[in-house]
Amino acid sequence: MKLFDCPVIGKRPISEFDYCGEVRRPPLDADETAWADFVFNRNGAPQVLREWWYHRPTGRWYIMERDTLKDEVQRFIDPQEVRYDIPA
Amino acid sequence: MPWRLLKYGLKKTHDEPRFFPAAKPLKSGYDVVIIGGGGHGMACAYYLAKEHGITNVAVLEQGYIGGGNTGRNTTIVRSNYLTPEGVRFYDTSLKLFEDLSDDFDLNIFYSTRGHFTLAHTDSALRTMRWRAEVNKRHGIDSEVVDREFIAREVPYMDLDCAGHSAVQGALYHAPGAVARHDAVAWGYARGAYNRGVEIHQKTRVTEIRTQGDQVVGVQTDRGFISCNRVISMVAGSTPRITEMVGLRTPIEIFPLQACVSEPVKPFMDTIVVSGSLHVYVSQSSRGEMVMGASVDPSVLHSTRSSFDFVEGLTDKMLDLFPFMSRMKVMRQWAGMSDITPDFAPIMGKTPIKGFYLDGGWGTWGFKATPVSGKTMAWTIAHDKTHELIEPFRLSRFADFDLVGEKGAASVGH
Repeated sequence: MKLFDCPVIGKRPISEFDYCGEVRRPPLDADETAWADFVFNRNGAPQVLREWWYHRPTGRWYIMERDTLKDEVQRFIDPQEVRYDIPA
Repeated sequence: MPWRLLKYGLKKTHDEPRFFPAAKPLKSGYDVVIIGGGGHGMACAYYLAKEHGITNVAVLEQGYIGGGNTGRNTTIVRSNYLTPEGVRFYDTSLKLFEDLSDDFDLNIFYSTRGHFTLAHTDSALRTMRWRAEVNKRHGIDSEVVDREFIAREVPYMDLDCAGHSAVQGALYHAPGAVARHDAVAWGYARGAYNRGVEIHQKTRVTEIRTQGDQVVGVQTDRGFISCNRVISMVAGSTPRITEMVGLRTPIEIFPLQACVSEPVKPFMDTIVVSGSLHVYVSQSSRGEMVMGASVDPSVLHSTRSSFDFVEGLTDKMLDLFPFMSRMKVMRQWAGMSDITPDFAPIMGKTPIKGFYLDGGWGTWGFKATPVSGKTMAWTIAHDKTHELIEPFRLSRFADFDLVGEKGAASVGH
């Protein structure tokens, strides 16, 4: 079984995690073309992606940078790094 | 056969005719360059030469013919899709498949089996009824059948599914079939070669050159080729190619794994799919049980296999076929699926003049091999998107006009 080395909860089976895709920021004030691009288009080529992972047993969200060619996690990201303010 | 085998076994040379000779040096230019020498690429080259008289064509393949997803799928051909667009498209493909052996003068082992999609819940059965009605409307042999019918046709299956998710009924598609995938790729390749197409294996495209918004050539690891029409038919490598021309698409790559058991005597003449359990199985002409499940959970550009896959698959498979507990898994592998959000392909012209796209084939590409080759060849010859593939145009993601084929993907995703 594949293990995921998490800095907070240690080594856990990868099957305990849900993959929730790339961390992306919505274009809060944009036209329809920009919105369609945000909703559908993805960075599909192999690269280092910043992704959401959800650990089901503990109910915690993690953000990690992973090389999608080698399947190697390179860095854990503090959610503060990717936060943005939603305009009131 | 044994005598022939012995004769060749004892001979120092092997004089079986080759399908096509090793490639010559690349020319400095072609009318059309096809990137990807899988089933789709070969079919496109074949129909370009056969139906449109365009023979100054090069097929560039970074590995070898049919060594990508064409050789990694589980060879099922069917047309019982959910949307009218999908049904029309895949049924044209199925009909082309039925005549391919004659067309190639090569046995592709096309074998009509009958295809069951099991429903374990009321809601699944409801989707089956919906699909059956759409199918019948388009003249496809497709119907919802009850447990008695399934028990008669697939007597070795445990319909109670070990007692925890009993089969309620199924969508039955009599024309569902399997075919020899390598023969399909090689048959198209030979037909294309005999009509003048050049096939270059071990030739990787590294750059697509454009001038303004017009394609002018491709750079390969064997030199530059000038051409005004380039088509990408590379399935799991599609994002790498579209990135070269700066085209954004919704395609994401997820590995799809499959495995075969050791060969056993023929007993299973149907194809069984369970969308709820996420597994499917058929028996190959060699006697192996060909088994697959849904795609891996996270994006990955790799064809590695995992133990988690076999563990999850066999757990579900034994619920349906308990007697398989004593069979051994002989081989497992993976392919890279280029998944789209609406589970339909992306085909046709693109905003870049002379760059055509045939991608987003996810887990449904093999069955579309003939029709995609044929419609893309038409599209290139006329520089106009063929009407059958109009619904699959890339711009549907800008117009919010998606196809919505999710309900008909062979296993749940």
